[in-house]
This record gives sequence, structure tokens and C-alpha cells, in this order.
Amino acid sequence: MKKRIFVLAFAAVLLLAMAAPSMAEVTIEYWQYYYESKVKLIDELIPVFEAQNPGIKVKHITFPYDAFNEQVAAAVAAGEGPDVLNIFYGWLPMYLKQGFLQPLPEKYFTVEQIEERFIPMVNAVKVDGQYWALPTAVRSLALFYNVDHFAEEGFTEPPKTWDELLEMAIKLTRRTDRGALVRQGYGWNVTGQDWHLFREVLLRQWGVAPLSEDNRTVTMNSDPAAYEVLEWWIDWSRKYGVGEEEGRGLYRDSFLAGRASMIVDGSFGIGTISANPNLKWAVAELPVKEIGGEKSNFGSFWAHAITRNATGEKLDAAAKFLEFITSDEVQRTWLERVGELPASRALAQDPALSEDPVYGPFVRGLEYSHATFFVDETIERELIVEAVDKILLLDAPVKDTLDQLVNDLQKVRDEYFNSLEK
Amino acid sequence: MGVLNGRSRRFVKQALIYLCLTVGAFVMIFPLLWMFSTSFKTPWEIYDVNILPQSFQLSNYEHLLKNTGFLRWLWVSSVVVICTTASVLVFDSLVGYTLAKLQFRGKNIIFMAILATLMVPTEMLIIPWYIMSVDMGLRDTYLGIMFPGMITAFGIFLTKQFYEGVPNDLLDAARIDGLNEVGVYARIALPQVKPALSALIIFNFLGNWNAYLWPLIVAQSPHMRTIPVGISFFSNEVTTAWHLIMTASSCAIVPVLVVFVIFQKHIIKGVQLSGLKG
Amino acid sequence: MRRGKRLTLRQQQEVWAYAFLGIPLLFFAFIRFYPALSAFNISLRDWSLLTTAKPFVGLQNYRDIFADEVFWKALKNTFTYALLGVPLQLIIGLSVALLLHNIKHWVPFFRALYFVPYVTSVVAVAWVWRFMYQPHIGIINRFLLDLGFEQIQFLRNPSTALYSILAMIIWHGVGFQIVLFLAGLQMIPDMYYEAAQIDGANSWQIFFRITLPLLNPTIVFVVVMSSIRYLQVFSEVMNMSNEGLGGPLNSTISTVLHIYRTAFHRFDMGRASAMTVVLFAIVLVITIIQMKLVTRKYEF
Repeated sequence: MKKRIFVLAFAAVLLLAMAAPSMAEVTIEYWQYYYESKVKLIDELIPVFEAQNPGIKVKHITFPYDAFNEQVAAAVAAGEGPDVLNIFYGWLPMYLKQGFLQPLPEKYFTVEQIEERFIPMVNAVKVDGQYWALPTAVRSLALFYNVDHFAEEGFTEPPKTWDELLEMAIKLTRRTDRGALVRQGYGWNVTGQDWHLFREVLLRQWGVAPLSEDNRTVTMNSDPAAYEVLEWWIDWSRKYGVGEEEGRGLYRDSFLAGRASMIVDGSFGIGTISANPNLKWAVAELPVKEIGGEKSNFGSFWAHAITRNATGEKLDAAAKFLEFITSDEVQRTWLERVGELPASRALAQDPALSEDPVYGPFVRGLEYSHATFFVDETIERELIVEAVDKILLLDAPVKDTLDQLVNDLQKVRDEYFNSLEK
Repeated sequence: MGVLNGRSRRFVKQALIYLCLTVGAFVMIFPLLWMFSTSFKTPWEIYDVNILPQSFQLSNYEHLLKNTGFLRWLWVSSVVVICTTASVLVFDSLVGYTLAKLQFRGKNIIFMAILATLMVPTEMLIIPWYIMSVDMGLRDTYLGIMFPGMITAFGIFLTKQFYEGVPNDLLDAARIDGLNEVGVYARIALPQVKPALSALIIFNFLGNWNAYLWPLIVAQSPHMRTIPVGISFFSNEVTTAWHLIMTASSCAIVPVLVVFVIFQKHIIKGVQLSGLKG
Repeated sequence: MRRGKRLTLRQQQEVWAYAFLGIPLLFFAFIRFYPALSAFNISLRDWSLLTTAKPFVGLQNYRDIFADEVFWKALKNTFTYALLGVPLQLIIGLSVALLLHNIKHWVPFFRALYFVPYVTSVVAVAWVWRFMYQPHIGIINRFLLDLGFEQIQFLRNPSTALYSILAMIIWHGVGFQIVLFLAGLQMIPDMYYEAAQIDGANSWQIFFRITLPLLNPTIVFVVVMSSIRYLQVFSEVMNMSNEGLGGPLNSTISTVLHIYRTAFHRFDMGRASAMTVVLFAIVLVITIIQMKLVTRKYEF
């Protein structure tokens, strides 16, 4: 009798001992702004991750894009906030400077591993020799063009050089006899993607790097060619009248409505543009300065960063979650469901992808893409938009304005790096 | 020398008034007609130069009502608005009356202090409010969305101005008749300012109906979104679904207009002062 | 009157007054005064929204904002919005209210038509107005072109952008004035009008001697509230300007928009709070002046 009780008690203790660890559960919060296809996919992937990692629960919180900063700020002020935050890479330095993020733990991600697996552009989130975030997917730019409009003018091929593009754009532009621009040959803009076009494509192709190698110095005016190409690019709108800044992403709406024949847009535009069944469009790689000249592209990405809220077990959980959502498998699914290009080298070099008529030009563009190391994307964008506006609206002299812009940008950059050193 | 007699003069006067009002009304309505017609357009039609859609299609409305949380947003907004309006009617009017008609020390300071609360933009208050909400467990709750708006300086100021137009004799007579202060307020003064109360209902309804930033911050989860918060999800980094925004905004106007039509009737003729000579 | 144990009538009133004010004042203390005071406190500190450290820096934030040319531009713009918008909305609102007050048929219909813009969300309204202002495809410019004029870059030209936005703000907000004036007009007893007519007064005399004075409490309310709103103009400017920047080239930015961007895009709460304090002081002074100047008591 005593023996039986003993055995039962022993068995009970054993059971309890086995059950105890699985009762400890870690919950991490993953925040991203609401983008329908991304949110839906993550909602489907979370149970998969949780099944693979019993004991970890992921809470998925979304909010509108327009209120990104407000949401995070309010939560932080109240002592809460995400453990993993999906953030635009260009805002990362700002968040980093405030001490809100922590570098990816070495235990899970070494610099060598990352640089082997991911395309080079990802080093835009490498600060002080450490990586602070990782993307699932990336985007780049390409030239969208209206096939019907091209056929009207007898164009069969997309332009290969910028000169060609301008010529074609001039022919494609349509105005009423009163001068109203009813069709833009090229949907020129500043607040859309063209400010990236100028900085990372045109400047580089004209031999001017926008930033120094260590990202500390703004070198946009380091060569007189910079003034030339800035003026030339602005003249597409100002002098040649092939397009006009319409504000707020209207360049894509104009293209959608058949009111612009060509636009430079990111791969994120594919979804919207392909939604119009009446539009016959195609994509081409960005033109170059002259045949055989340097190719350049601007890449960007949203990356998952770990915040300082993730400590102890949460940090491990967060890192594991990051590993999962940046895995090649997920990236493949992401491409299908969200339409963003994979961030891993292996996938990006997949021939099936680079031959694809729609994704091809973007993926091929990844090979020579630069993701500008912004220290504060919002401010830098404002400054550049203002400078171009001054030239366009106030007839400010190109050289002085660009020089002033470089000064202003340098100040922002200096402030940033100084505060990091403290 | 007037050829027209009195009746014709009045007729012409009325006709002129209607003419002015009609022209003005057109100016007021035209942009909204555009908004309304956009709700029937496909996304790539919305920047068309024509005001009328190429084909009236209800797919935007269908999508809005079936595939988005619009009906839930409508419910949440309605609850918030009805509760805050009730609260405001009770408290704002009482304070407005007190400031207008009762004598007490510190009256002016208190009034200015209350007025001063209007001078700090709410955008700067949301962080402290959020911290408070988290501490009190009000996140994602109706009360959390409502609490900043339960008593408003706007309503206090409005009712105060209107209460000042109520003759003191009326109130004194009631006091002499033996009513205590609550009775004087509720039974004599309150009915005198129905136009103000109607205006207050309308404006409070509207203010809460269209409030965006605070409801967004305090109520993150999908089932506690108000209409403006829900609408903000129609825009993302890449695009903004303007056709859906126009559709949702067109729908959102309807309840407010209904409230307006009901209560503007009650901005009725003022009180008969007969029987009370000074 | 001998002071016995019972309170005088005056004292009784006071007790009632404080009783009525109790809960509301407590509410305001928590919801408005305390957060506002903490904002004043933050204005003396260096606080980035994403950190917890809030070191005291004295008046540094104030020095910074007074040296910021965007701050002054925003202030200038804000005053422009207010100095033009308040009187215009007042005059238009009062005129329409008078017209609406004097019609007999279709009254609710017309009132609704004038009120509907105020009811519509700013986001939707701004989109329509931006579209109307667009060169080439917007209706206003197409109209101008058809008539043989040049197009106007309403929102892209720094000299016209603010006024273009102002037009929309006035259009959007005039329903507020109309409803309030209608309410105020309804409070005026008929017998005053009847008496005046018997005395042979004409319309202008009736308006200036009876209507306007009796509307004074409403006018005070409208002027003060309208001024406060204009001095705090924010969402219309954010929704009408490109990217919500208050451009082009800061020609439309308002103080509250600048505060908002400083707080939530640069995360600099210290500066944002300092600007809030300055704006608060300005609005307070203006309101006090207005209340003194505009308020008139009339006894009939």
C-alpha cells in the first residue's frame, strides 16, 4: 500500500515537473502599420510560428500609416509599446538615436551571416558596425509606361537613356489649345519617387555620389555636374513641360487614369497599377545616362527592429520571430501575396524572377540599388522638396539653392552623428 | 415712386431672398456633390474631369458595408456620441446657468479658467490622456473614447451666453414662489434656452462624430474604431483609397443630418414673455 | 439683516453655485488643467517622446523657438487666417442666418444645405477642394482656361496657397455661425419687432437698434469661439497642403500644425510644449480683450 502511494506521488511530481516549463509563456507584441496584404499574411504566419515555437505567443497590432509616430509615441509615453516594430528603414536612425531600439542579438544574427544572406542594400540599417533590423522584402524603382500611348507614337521599345526618355516624353505630351496639360509625357514630380530618382540615380549616373562612403558627409554638390543634372531634371517640367508636380502621389493616379505616359515608381505601385483592367502598361529598367554607362537604382525597405522593451525571454522570443519572418520560405510567400521583392540574395538571383515581365526590371535593379542612409528621412525629404520648390516656384538660382540644401542636410547629419557619439 | 403695393413688395423681397439663398446653397453644395458622385466611381475614374461617373456602380458601397468594419464603426461612433451629448446637456448647461445667473465669489476667475481650457490644442493633451487611460484601464473602451468630451467649455460658454438673456425677474419670481435653486434651474431657466440646447446637441454630436486623433490613440483594436478612425485605414504608405473615403464620408453625413433636421426644428421661437411686466 | 445661524440668501446662492460647479471643476482639473500644467512643465525640459529622460533645461526651448523662422512664419500665417477668416465667416454667417430667418417655405431644407459642409469630414472635403484647385484637370482652372484666362496654381503658388486654403476653411465652417445666429435670432421675442414696426422703423433701424444689440451674447460667443478656432487651425491645413507640410515653402503652415509636427515627427516635446504655452498666452490675451470689447449689456 505504501509503495503504491509512493509511486503515485512520484509520478505526480514527475508530471508536474514536465508540465511546469511549458506553462511559462512569453508574449511579444509585433507592431506594423496597416497594409492589407501584409497584415493578412502576418496573421496567417503567426499561428505557424507559434506552432513551431510553443511557449511564444505573438500579438499583432496594426494602426493607420498616417498615425505611425503618434501611435508609437503614445504607447512609449505610457510605458508600453512593441517588442518588434516594423519600421521604414529611413526612420530607423531617428528611433535608434532616441534609444528606442536595440541591436540584433549576436546569438541569433551575426554580421557575417546577415551580409552573406541578404542583398547589400540592407546595410542601410547597419549602424556602428551592428545591424539593428532585418527586412522580409525590399522595393526598387523602375519605369512604368503606357503601351497604348507608345503605340500611338510608334514607339516599340522603352527608352534606354534619359535623353531618349525626354524626347519620347515631349512627343507623348498632349495639351489642349488653351494650354491645359491633358497628358503628361512623363509624370514628373518631387514628392513622389523622383526625389529618389534625382539623388540616387541621376546624380550617380552623372558621376556624383550623394553621400560619402561613411555616410557622414553630404556630397551632392561635390561636382559641377550636379548643378547641370539638377537643372536639366527640373527643366523636364519647367522648360519642356512634359509633366508637373501634382502633389500627394497623384503621379501614379495620373498614370492609372491614362493621363501620364511614363512614371518612375516603386515595385509597391504594381498592385495599384495592375488593378485597372483598362490600362495597358509595361515595366522597364531605369534608363542610363548613355548606353553602357553606370546603372543605378534606389532601393528601400521596411524592416523589423527589436525595441528596448524586449528583454530577457522576450528578447529571445523576438529574435526567433525575426528569424522566422525573414526566412527564405516566408520571403517567397511574401512575394506572391504582397508583391514585394525578396531581401535574400539567393531568392533575388532566381532566374525565374529576373525574367518575369513585371518583377524582372525591379529585381535586376536590385543588383545596383542603393538605399540611402537617411538620418531622418522626414526632415531630409522636406528640405529637398523645399529646395526644388524654391527653384521651380521662386526662380531661385540652381547653384545657390543646391549649395544651401547641402549645407542644411549636412547640419542635420552632423547633429545626428554627434548625438550618437555622446 | 413705388408702383408696387405692399403685397407685391413683400413678394419680390421673398423672391430675392430665395434667389440669394439658392445661389449660395449651390456654392455650398457643389463640392459635396462631387464627393457624392465620386463614391460611385471606380478608383481610376476619380480624377476624371467629368463630375458624373461613367457608369453608376454601387461596388464601393457594397465593399464598404460588407468588407470593412463600417457598420461596427457606425455603432461605436453612435454610442460615443449619444453618451457624450447626454452628459454635456446635463453638465454644461448647469455650469452655464451657474455662471450666468448665480452670484458667488470667484465667478470671473472660474469662467476664465474654464474658457482657458479651450486654448490648449487637444493634440498636445493626448499623451497625458493616454497615460491616464492606460493607468485606469480605459484603453479600447467606450469610456476611454468619451471621457475627455463629457463636459466641454464650449457648451458651458454657449449656454452661459444664452442664459444671460433670460430675465432675472423670471427667476426671482420663481424663488419667491418657493422653488429651490435646482427647481429654478430645471423648471424655469432651462426651458428658456431651448435654442441653445438644440445648438449644443447638434455641435456636440458633430464634434464627437468627426473626432479623429484621440479615438485613434485610445482605441487601437478593430472592434472599437469610430468612423473617422476606420476611414484613416483606407490610406497607407503607397496609396489612398479615395473612392472608399468618399463613400464612407457620404454615409457618415447621414446620421448627423438626421439629428440636425430633428433638432433644428427645436430652435423654435423664443419664449412668450406675456404676463410678466417689470 | 442680522447674521444668525442661517445663511443669507446671498450665501445660500453661493453654496448652490459651488455645489453645481463641483463635479465639472473636478473634471476639468483632471482632464484639462493638470495635463495643461504638465505641458507647461515639459516646456522647460528636453524631452524626446521615445525616451524617458526629461532633463530640466530652463528657458532653452523658448530661446530655440524664438530663433526658429518657421515658428514666426507659422504665427504670421495663423494671424492671417484669423484676421481674414473670423470677420468673413461672421458676416457671411450672419447674412445667411438673417435670410434663412426670413423665409417661410422650405426652411429646414435650406438650413440643411448650408449646414452640410460643416458636417462633412475634413479629409473628404479637402480632397474635393484640392481636386477643384488642380491645374489642368481641376474645375476652377478649366473654367478659367475656357474663359481665356491663365491658369492659377492655387495650392502650388506660395502667394496664393494660404488664401486658397482659407476659402475652404470659411466654406467648411460657416455652418457653425449660421446655426448659432439662427438660434440667437430665435431668442429675440417678436414683440420687439412688432413694437418697432408700429413705431414706423425701417429695416435698417430694426437691424441696428434691435436685432444686433439683442444678438450681442451670440455675437460674443461666435467671435470668441471663432477666433480660438482660427488661431488653432490645424486639420484643414494639414489635409490641404502637400504631404501635410504646411507648404509650399511654409506659406500655409499654422502654429498648431508646426507644434504637431515638432511633437510627432521630430519627437521634440519640449519645443512643442513651449510653442503651446506661447500660443496659449496669445489666445488668452486676445480672448480677454475680445470679451471686454465686444460684450455689451442691454436692458430693455
